Amino acid sequence: MKEIRLHGRGGQGSVTAAEIIAVAAFEDKRFSQAFPAFGVERRGAPVMAFARIADQPIRIRSQIYEPDYVIVQDVTLLDVVNVASGLKPDGKIIINTDRPKEKLKLSTKAEVITIDATKIAMEVLGRPIVNTTMLGAFSGATKEIALESLNTAISDRFKGELGKNNLLAIKTAYERVS
Amino acid sequence: MSQKMSSQAYADKPARSANMKVVEGSYAVAHAVMCCLPDVISAYPITPQTHIVEHLSQMVADGELDSEFLTVDSEFSALSVLVGASAAGARSYSSTTSQGLALMYEVLYNVSGMRLPIVMNVANRALSAPLNIWNDQQDSIGARDVGWLQIYVEDVQEAVDATLQAYKIAEDPAIRTPIMVCMDGYILTHVYEPVELLDKELSREFLPPFQPENILDPSDPKTFGAFADPTTYTEFRYLQFEAQQKALGTIEKVAKEFEETFGRYYGGLVDSYRAEDAEIVIVTMGSVIGTIKDAIDAKRAEGKKVGLVKVRSYRPFPVQALRKTLKDASVIAVLEKDVAIGGEAGLLTDLKAALYNSSIRTPIIGFTAGLGGRDITIKDIRKIVEKADAARKKIESEFEFLDLRMEIL
Repeated sequence: MKEIRLHGRGGQGSVTAAEIIAVAAFEDKRFSQAFPAFGVERRGAPVMAFARIADQPIRIRSQIYEPDYVIVQDVTLLDVVNVASGLKPDGKIIINTDRPKEKLKLSTKAEVITIDATKIAMEVLGRPIVNTTMLGAFSGATKEIALESLNTAISDRFKGELGKNNLLAIKTAYERVS
Repeated sequence: MSQKMSSQAYADKPARSANMKVVEGSYAVAHAVMCCLPDVISAYPITPQTHIVEHLSQMVADGELDSEFLTVDSEFSALSVLVGASAAGARSYSSTTSQGLALMYEVLYNVSGMRLPIVMNVANRALSAPLNIWNDQQDSIGARDVGWLQIYVEDVQEAVDATLQAYKIAEDPAIRTPIMVCMDGYILTHVYEPVELLDKELSREFLPPFQPENILDPSDPKTFGAFADPTTYTEFRYLQFEAQQKALGTIEKVAKEFEETFGRYYGGLVDSYRAEDAEIVIVTMGSVIGTIKDAIDAKRAEGKKVGLVKVRSYRPFPVQALRKTLKDASVIAVLEKDVAIGGEAGLLTDLKAALYNSSIRTPIIGFTAGLGGRDITIKDIRKIVEKADAARKKIESEFEFLDLRMEIL
């Protein structure tokens, strides 16, 4: 089983991203689960969401304390949240930032992957909403979900022009980290 | 338990089926309610139940579901509306949680006393004060004596399936008793996981139309729940008591019928996991069961004979089924998300009472945990197993708060 923790701020679509991971992984013929760190939702406040992917049906329902992967949608969270908490040494952390990874305040033995998802999202979607772009990076960096399955899950969620643009954002991010 | 035996050992969740989809728990339950074809829905939104009624409201607005959806000013009104609707012969549905259930309290007795087979999903949540919107089971455990049947589910699939089963049980002419289908708030209402949504046609075949013998009808006037003086009141209560005892058989029967139609079975009154040869048995209800199963597998791998007994029907309380399932345990640990302040806790007290007049003299220790949304982890379950193991020799504590943070007391 692979466990994923997503960090973001209220309004950035972290919960939606976790849900899309679950849908895409199931598309891949695996089992999945996604849920938010239930809180009092406020726009801008630090939030978390979780996803699990496994080859067997998933039974455990506790929160994730030792993730295999961490996705950070907003680099300013590094100043307020220990985003790498419990991250497995052989895991990966994917951070949305334009800064080089050496400049990031991070304490982890895991592989650090940076991507300027905000730039991609601004160029492709015209809005700084990075959740889908970060999923493209997650798929590219970990190969835990296939790009095609991610595309299916996204198309299911976002229709028309918005859906098409999201697919492009995902593909761009996927290729950049692959 | 056919599907449990057919797949590999202890992979007790259904294998992947073609009709499975990853959806939100609340949506899956709303879809199940739609398949039950309720005539009247009335509810007041309260987190974490809100998504269920939002989805239902959408289904009615989109013409997918032909129901009367009544918006009201409070939970008290929501259930009051259904008293009239159900008495007039309408299949009626509501859902609520926490403060909402508390506000319905007076009406809960009216519904059960008038023998109105209303089904209500309770998205279990803690009660104020202090204000807390997170999950525990204090709300419905606190309503254990209001005369409603109560089923507690372990995952989204069971919440879906139990909702359809609930109408069949409630509307059985010999039962005619309302049911709460209790699902842990957030943990099950907000999770996305693979679920097989109910098939509308199969559901219609499984659940016959609601045809009560007595209804409110202006052309044939009758009175419901009006007045019973000391010469008859006791008999009304006795008949409710008797109906719940009969429901023990009906819940099992409906679970079996459901299995025949849909191929899924969760136990009727109780279920168990690796309990056959278990020395240490954990008894619990609700969504924590999944985490416990993983913890049990880990303990078994270490050579500890640990098992689980799940109480699915809390009302009626399955005394005989529990005596049978627990007779060979050498120690029993009850885990629950409620506390009976001034006493111990609901499930613990009921279980002790159930076993006392039998020959079973197994030590029973109780734990409350997960109050107000505190996470229950595998480490917590390991702690229970260790304490239960020690209790075989000597009971240090009969009941305790498992996850107490001593440092902030």
